[in-house]
Amino acid sequence: MVNPRNAYGQKLVELGKKYSNLVVLDADLSKSTKTILFAKEFPDRFFEMGIAEANMISTAAGLASCGKIAFASTFAVFATGRVYDQIRMDVAYSKSNVKIFATHGGISVGKDGASHQMIEDIALMRVLPNMTVIAPSDAVQTGKIVELMVENDGPMYARIGRADAPIIYEENNLQNLKLGEGLIVEDGADITIIACGTMVDSALDAQKTLKSKGIDTRIVDMHTIKPIDKKLIIKCAKETGSIITAEEHSIIGGLGSAVAETLMDNNISIKFLRMGINDRFCESGDPKDLLEKYGLNQKHMVKNVINLIRN
Amino acid sequence: MMKNYDGEIIRKLEIMAVKIRKKIIKMLYRAKSGHPGGSLSTVDAIVALYFLYMNHNPKNPNDSNRDRFILSKGHAAPALYATLAELGYFSHVELNNLRNMNCMLQGHPACLCTPGIEASTGSLGHGLSFANGVALAAKLDKKDYKTYVMLGDGETNEGQIWEAAAAASHYKLDNVTAFIDRNFLQIDGNTEKIMRLESIRDRWSSFGWNVIEIDGHDIKKILEALDEADGNYNSPTVIILNTIKGKGVSFMENNVDFHGVPPNEMEYNLAIEELDTLQKKLEASI
Ligand SMILES: Cc1ncc(C[n+]2csc(CCOP(=O)(O)OP(=O)(O)O)c2C)c(N)n1
Ligand SMILES: [Mg+2]
Repeated sequence: MVNPRNAYGQKLVELGKKYSNLVVLDADLSKSTKTILFAKEFPDRFFEMGIAEANMISTAAGLASCGKIAFASTFAVFATGRVYDQIRMDVAYSKSNVKIFATHGGISVGKDGASHQMIEDIALMRVLPNMTVIAPSDAVQTGKIVELMVENDGPMYARIGRADAPIIYEENNLQNLKLGEGLIVEDGADITIIACGTMVDSALDAQKTLKSKGIDTRIVDMHTIKPIDKKLIIKCAKETGSIITAEEHSIIGGLGSAVAETLMDNNISIKFLRMGINDRFCESGDPKDLLEKYGLNQKHMVKNVINLIRN
Repeated sequence: MMKNYDGEIIRKLEIMAVKIRKKIIKMLYRAKSGHPGGSLSTVDAIVALYFLYMNHNPKNPNDSNRDRFILSKGHAAPALYATLAELGYFSHVELNNLRNMNCMLQGHPACLCTPGIEASTGSLGHGLSFANGVALAAKLDKKDYKTYVMLGDGETNEGQIWEAAAAASHYKLDNVTAFIDRNFLQIDGNTEKIMRLESIRDRWSSFGWNVIEIDGHDIKKILEALDEADGNYNSPTVIILNTIKGKGVSFMENNVDFHGVPPNEMEYNLAIEELDTLQKKLEASI
């Protein structure tokens, strides 16, 4: 288990050495987002903005307009909803080279409760023109994604969770990783689970259980939700016949919606189910218990796969 | 206007404040998560308001004439929950289930989950605007209830606080009293190093507010400040509470590491021991 947040902070330090125009902003959460690692190494290129997220985003856009690669970090809930208009005008509309890197996405934030459990961010960011939306699934992929965010120009939003996460990838598996190209992590012929973020690992667990029941499940890590990998979705639909999407996010507007839109736009009618938070606010609690109660763990995936295939 | 608060009343409130601090420590220890520092620093003002000053009725939390208290710095919820339980808004048993699934007490105040919670908070910076709305409604409805709101000092980094500060003054909301829990710490460190706030006094008075600054752990001073606010007309009042983050537990005091980390078993025992000693001392002096 490694925390993707640490991978983020460490990668910023590594890239800070290579890119003298890389700057980082945070809003009184640098110890949690791990931008503190960058702050220690490059105090002149780190801007502590205090608890003032709107100011942080527009300032980042100003920096970007002068050639800086500006990373702005805070919790997902404050990084998107709180500052939507600043992102819309100064980042998306202006095509700024601002990278909003959010931590503490999803309900596995746990005990802080619904106020802090961001389940709408992917939808909010996805609807903005020019915005790239990413949800890495483990610490190794997080590091690689940060590299790609630096190498590719333009507005981007990435979100990771709060908790430690199992390692899925080795670094050399990801050498050819590209934004906008999903990964088949496990191949299978009977059904595809398309997941992002924390749900990829749960899907891999479900895949093993399903195998023992004779169901051959393909697992896709759709790290980039926008632009969505349409080719891969169509291929999975054709090859496996059924698709389930899984995300720690509302079922409205996120990965599930993006996959559904792709299928409908291409006149593909298959067995399909979206797993996500069912249009409601959740509550405080232990992350594991919450994921069980709100239907987002490997057990629920196994059940849903069996139901979908059998019915 | 100024009332004379006799020594015994104050002493009893001081004892209550220690009891509430013990409850906070217990709740956070059981929950294994939450915010000790900012909960402990607000206790004395919350005790003064709820146990003496405010007009409210635990048996009828929705009484339209009640005074309102809005905890804008929502992470200090344990201080408010312990107070509401003590007053009978809900059972004490709930305190054992802070932050647990299927339970009433959310990590941050949620008005649909818990009796006595006026506003759902936890995203900093909203509370003063909400309080202004409540106060504007009072004026429209010709009601004389008062609205109190607790802000963190770090919280006043938020631009929305200053939008609200302008509006309260513009609308002459003398029925709004804001507290600032001036403990000089936020999460990343000292408030003056993160994003300078000084001079807080000058900032608020230049926005047209009546400014009072007191020792935020002196309950008598808090009550006197509330009386002064009550007698102030045509402008809102801000009471700057000079406080200590983690107040009452020696190793948590002024220690930013206890912003959002609960006590472990050893720290829990130590904290309760210190607060017990303090309580006995106060009780002996009545
Ligand atoms: C809008 C928003 N941004 C960030 C946070 C995360 N956060 C929670 S508490 C806190 C620090 C608060 O400091 P202060 O207002 O001084 O409170 P206190 O010292 O009384 O705990 C921060 C940044 C938040 N809850 N809301
Ligand atoms: Mg503070």
